[in-house]
Amino acid sequence: MTRQFWMAAVAALCLTTPVLGETTPTAVAYTDGAIETSLTGGPGDAAAGKTVMTTASLGNCVACHQIGTIPEADFQGDIAPPLDGVAGRYTEAELRGLVANAKMTFEGSFMPAFYKTEGFIRPGAAYSGKAPTEALPPILTAQQVEDVVAYLMTMTE
Amino acid sequence: MHRGTWRLATTLALGLALAGPAFADPVEDSLSIDTDDGTLDIVTTTAAPPHLSDTMDTIYSGWHFRETETRDLQRDDFDNPGMVYVDRALDSWNKAQGAKGESCAGCHEGPESMKGLRAVTPRVDPDSGALMTVENYVNECVTDRMGLEPWGMTGDKMKDMLALISMQSRGEPVNVAIDGAAAPFWEQGKEIYYTRFGQLEMSCANCHEDNQGRYIRADHLSQGQVNGFPVYRLKDAGILSAQQRFVGCVRDTRAETFKPDSAEFKALELYVASRGNGLAVEGVSVRH
Ligand code: HEC
Ligand code: HEC
Repeated sequence: MTRQFWMAAVAALCLTTPVLGETTPTAVAYTDGAIETSLTGGPGDAAAGKTVMTTASLGNCVACHQIGTIPEADFQGDIAPPLDGVAGRYTEAELRGLVANAKMTFEGSFMPAFYKTEGFIRPGAAYSGKAPTEALPPILTAQQVEDVVAYLMTMTE
Repeated sequence: MHRGTWRLATTLALGLALAGPAFADPVEDSLSIDTDDGTLDIVTTTAAPPHLSDTMDTIYSGWHFRETETRDLQRDDFDNPGMVYVDRALDSWNKAQGAKGESCAGCHEGPESMKGLRAVTPRVDPDSGALMTVENYVNECVTDRMGLEPWGMTGDKMKDMLALISMQSRGEPVNVAIDGAAAPFWEQGKEIYYTRFGQLEMSCANCHEDNQGRYIRADHLSQGQVNGFPVYRLKDAGILSAQQRFVGCVRDTRAETFKPDSAEFKALELYVASRGNGLAVEGVSVRH
C-alpha cells in the first residue's frame, strides 16, 4: 500500500505501546504556551520531521503554511504565516508548545493541537467520520512532535 | 481576530507586503447558462443578507472559486454532466411506480409545478410544524401517497429527483425564511455552524467565513454556499446533496459526523441556505 498508509500504521503501533519516559498529552506542562523539555526525553530527527510536516495524514503543515525550504511539497496553503525563519522568531520550547497545542500561545487559534487527546466536541476516529472505539490518540506522537520541532529549528532563514 | 494580526506581524517582520486579498479573491466572472429555452443569467455575487451584515458585505456562489474549466462546464447545459441525472429523474417522474401505479406526474402534472420550491427550502411546513427539505417532501409522497418504502436520502433515485426539482427554480433567488416558525431551527443551525467540532477543532465558519478566499493546500476556500446544490462533483463523477457535502466537511475535521436527514444537518442546511439568500438557485452546478 501507500507510504502514507504505512506511516499511519507505524504511528498507530507506537501509540498502543506507551513509550517509557515519555510525557503523555495530558501531563504536558505549558509555560506561557511553551514546553521546556522534550516530550520523549531525547532529541528529534529533523529529516523525519520534514516528512511529518508534508504528509497529509500526519502534520500536513503545508496545508496552511508556506515552507520555502520544502519546495517539493506543492500546493502549499496560505491560511497561516509562512514558516521560513521561524527558528529566529521562537525558542525551541516555544516551538514545541506551538506544535503540541498552538491554542496555548494564540488563544482560539485555527491551528489544530497536534498533541492533545481531550476536550473535543464529537471527536472521530481519525478521518472515518465515526466515533472512536478506543481512547483518542494525539494526532502526532511525542516522537513526531520532537521530529517536527527539530526540523523547525533548522529553519533559521 | 487572529487573521489580521498575523499578516501584520509577518509583514512587519519580513518588511514586505504579502500577497494580499487580491491574490485570493473569488474569480471575477459572471454566469449565463445556455439552456433549451435560451440564455439564463445566474446571480452568483450579491449583497450579503441583513443577518450577515456584521460579518461580510458580499456573498459569492462557490462557482467563483473554481477553475476556469470547471466554471465553463456550467455555462451550457449540453456540457453540464449533471443534466444526465435530471433526464433520468424525468423518466422517474412520469413512470407509474407507486403501489397502486401512481406516478409523480399523476398528481403534479409536469415537473414545472415544482417551480420555486427549491428556493425556499428547507422550510417549516405550516401544517406539521416540521422542518422540510426537498428530500423530505419527496419521501412524504413516496411513502404516504405512493405506498412505497422511503427512498434513501442520498440514494440515486432521491438525488436525481432533487436535481430535477431544483432545476425548476433555477435562476430564482434563494429566499429561505429565518423568522417565525423557522427561527428555532435557524438558531440551532447557526449554533452548529460556529461550533468547533472534532479533533481538529474546526467550525464551518473557521474555513468558510474566516478563511474564505484562502488556499488550504490546493483547495480555494469558498463561502460554502449551498445555492448550487445539488452539485455534480467531478471528483466523485456523480451528484451530491448539500448534506452529503456537510458530511465530508465535518469528517475532515476528524469529527464524528451527523447523518444526512438528521435534525442537526437539516437545521444546518437551513442556516447555510440563509447565508445565501439572494444568490440564484443553480439547479445542478458543477464543482471539482
Ligand atoms: C489548519 C491550519 C494549520 C495547520 C494544519 C498548521 N498550522 Fe501552524 N498556524 C496556523 C495559524 C492560523 C497560525 C497563526 C497563529 C494564529 O493566529 O492563530 C499558525 C502559527 C504557527 C506557528 C507560529 C508562526 C509565527 O511566525 O508566528 C508555527 C511555528 C506553526 N504554526 C507551526 C506549524 C507546524 C509545524 C504545523 C504542522 C505540524 C502546523 N503549524 C500546522 C494554522 C495551521
Ligand atoms: C477544514 C476546512 C473546512 C471546514 C471546517 C468546513 N469546510 Fe466546507 N469545504 C472545505 C473545502 C476545502 C471545500 C471545497 C472548496 C470550497 O468550495 O470551498 C468545501 C466546500 C464546501 C461546500 C461546497 C460549496 C460549493 O459551492 O460547492 C459547502 C456547502 C460547505 N463546504 C459547507 C460546509 C459546512 C456547512 C461546514 C461545517 C459543518 C464546513 N463546510 C466545514 C473545507 C472546510
